[in-house]
Amino acid sequence: MNAIGRPSLRSLNQEGIVFAIAVVLFVAAAIGLPGFIDPNNLVAIVRSVSVLGILALGMAVVIIGRGIDLSAVAIMAMSVAWYLQLLNTGTPDGLAFAYVLAGVLAIGLLNGFLVAYADVPAIFVTLATGSFVFGYVRSQLITQDAVPVPQGHWVELLGGLRFLDIPIEVFVFAGLAFLFFLFLRYTKWGRYIYFAGDNPVAARNIGIPVRPMLVLRYVLSAFVALIAGLLTAASLHSINTRIVNSTLLYDIVLVAVIGGIGLSGGRGGVRNVLVGAALIGILLNAMTIIDIPLLYQNLIKAAILLGAIIVDGIINPRDEQTAQQGDI
Amino acid sequence: MKPIRTLMAAATALAVTAFVAPTFAADDPGPAAYAQALKGKRVMLVPLAMGFDLAQGWAHYLKKEVDAWGGTFETRDPNWVVDAGAQAITDAISSDTRPDVLIIHAPDLNSYSKLMKKAQAAGTYVILVDNPANFPADAFVGSDWDRLGQLEAEAAIKGCGENSSKKIGLVQGDQANSSSLYQYAGIMKVLDKHPDFKVVAKPDSNWDATTSRNVTTTMLQQNPDICSIIDFWDGDATGASAAIRDAKLDGKVFLVTTGGGEKAADCDKLQDGTYGAVVMTDLARQSGDMNAIIKFLLQSGQPAGTSHTYIYTLEKATTKADLKPESCWDLKALQAEAAAK
Repeated sequence: MNAIGRPSLRSLNQEGIVFAIAVVLFVAAAIGLPGFIDPNNLVAIVRSVSVLGILALGMAVVIIGRGIDLSAVAIMAMSVAWYLQLLNTGTPDGLAFAYVLAGVLAIGLLNGFLVAYADVPAIFVTLATGSFVFGYVRSQLITQDAVPVPQGHWVELLGGLRFLDIPIEVFVFAGLAFLFFLFLRYTKWGRYIYFAGDNPVAARNIGIPVRPMLVLRYVLSAFVALIAGLLTAASLHSINTRIVNSTLLYDIVLVAVIGGIGLSGGRGGVRNVLVGAALIGILLNAMTIIDIPLLYQNLIKAAILLGAIIVDGIINPRDEQTAQQGDI
Repeated sequence: MKPIRTLMAAATALAVTAFVAPTFAADDPGPAAYAQALKGKRVMLVPLAMGFDLAQGWAHYLKKEVDAWGGTFETRDPNWVVDAGAQAITDAISSDTRPDVLIIHAPDLNSYSKLMKKAQAAGTYVILVDNPANFPADAFVGSDWDRLGQLEAEAAIKGCGENSSKKIGLVQGDQANSSSLYQYAGIMKVLDKHPDFKVVAKPDSNWDATTSRNVTTTMLQQNPDICSIIDFWDGDATGASAAIRDAKLDGKVFLVTTGGGEKAADCDKLQDGTYGAVVMTDLARQSGDMNAIIKFLLQSGQPAGTSHTYIYTLEKATTKADLKPESCWDLKALQAEAAAK
């Protein structure tokens, strides 16, 4: 199924198509745009999609298990905003971090519990918990949209960390991608996620602990969001909760889906996230170098996504199975 | 007990005579007319969101005055959502407690025009603050964004100096908000007069700090010899400053931005060299202008929508060199003051 580089057109799926588009864009930009191929620019490209990619990894695991986590961006922004607020009002660092960890764990558990045991569709549960997290933290726990990192705090120092002149986010993204790859590919629970996503009822019948695993996935996604939030604050020396209203959430889903992770579950992996993130990163960087206004950037991004989906639809027509199962 | 009671009676008598006796001195008709026109009137502020420095500052200064003359001050928090703001305005107009003055921070040129017309028709004075809109409000109080852009460009040219690369980068907001469009127009007016200075890139941040960081990184990658960057808002200029820091160009790129003059957001960052210059709004004075026009409108007796006044706030580009303790206002101090009450 996954056919990067295989010559037959028949076996070219969406991941392959998107990968091909990314390569074509990369080559074109390298030839046509001065400074694009510069190593520093390439690092900047990877960095610009690191946080997006990290969030997409968490989203990917949830989607493969046939779910979706719409609370990811709210958890990312609000957990870190609350953490920084606690620090700014004089709470000891260890205690503040413990509070935030507990909060993130609680929201992950709540998401998982409501989806797994209360059988509420994931899209509604996470939409609601996302709004709740934003509303509660914004109204009760913090006083401002933007919360600064206290001077000299480790989060600020984290943002300045470089190895070989490469920002820390890139390594965190690479490390997490590798861990997720190992988890999905080589652990029992990782493999089970595919079974559960492909056919939850059958997975349950053969004795897979489908429900506890579901809870685990939402907890995982929540923790990944916290990491993404800390990295954002590290780089900007503050976190702005306005990001919850932005299109970031859709971009996360876009990265996962454009890379070829089907919303119907059971398909895809870390490689798909990397391909999706690469395309978005190259595209945004090239358009910024050409100095295309934001309105047109969105248009071009959407056109390429539509193109990829249409080509996928032509090359891989819907079969009996997808017709019965349906997408979201 | 008896002597105390006697004493109190005597004091009361004395107080009564003290108030009654100089009747001729109480003839100034001003205070009575003022109180009669203003007492019990309702003022409502609908900003883009209540969670940022400008809105919290306005609310603080407005509430202080409105409370003092015996009115009711309320705010609504649309939290950057245009629809929520429209809903808040609609509800306010049709409620039993319709505000007498509605202060609106418009998200763009057109969204609220119809609602503002409705408000005026219902008898509510409409004051636009900060962002202009295509609507003849009773008053506009805020920045002349074109002039503000000119000040930014002049600061950038000065920050670059004569012997620099004379390359300037812009990080715009978006292509819909009047503050972004007029700011750009103002900047270009000044740069047209200085043809040796060139704008090498002008990406949009969409008012988001991460986007601002990413586009600035690319901009500096392409033009490492940029001498100045103008970011259109201090809310996202933290991103541009992070990119400059990451490119190890601190002190080489003169970052200019604009903001509400809040201490942590603007003055502290001028002090530590993050920003080279900030065109700051004098928030206390701007709020004072609003207070004055509210008092005028409520006493004027004219129907809503009769007159159209523009009150532009005096703007100034502040650099580290002319930073004074009173250059900024302190949100934390205002919050502490409010909490102490």
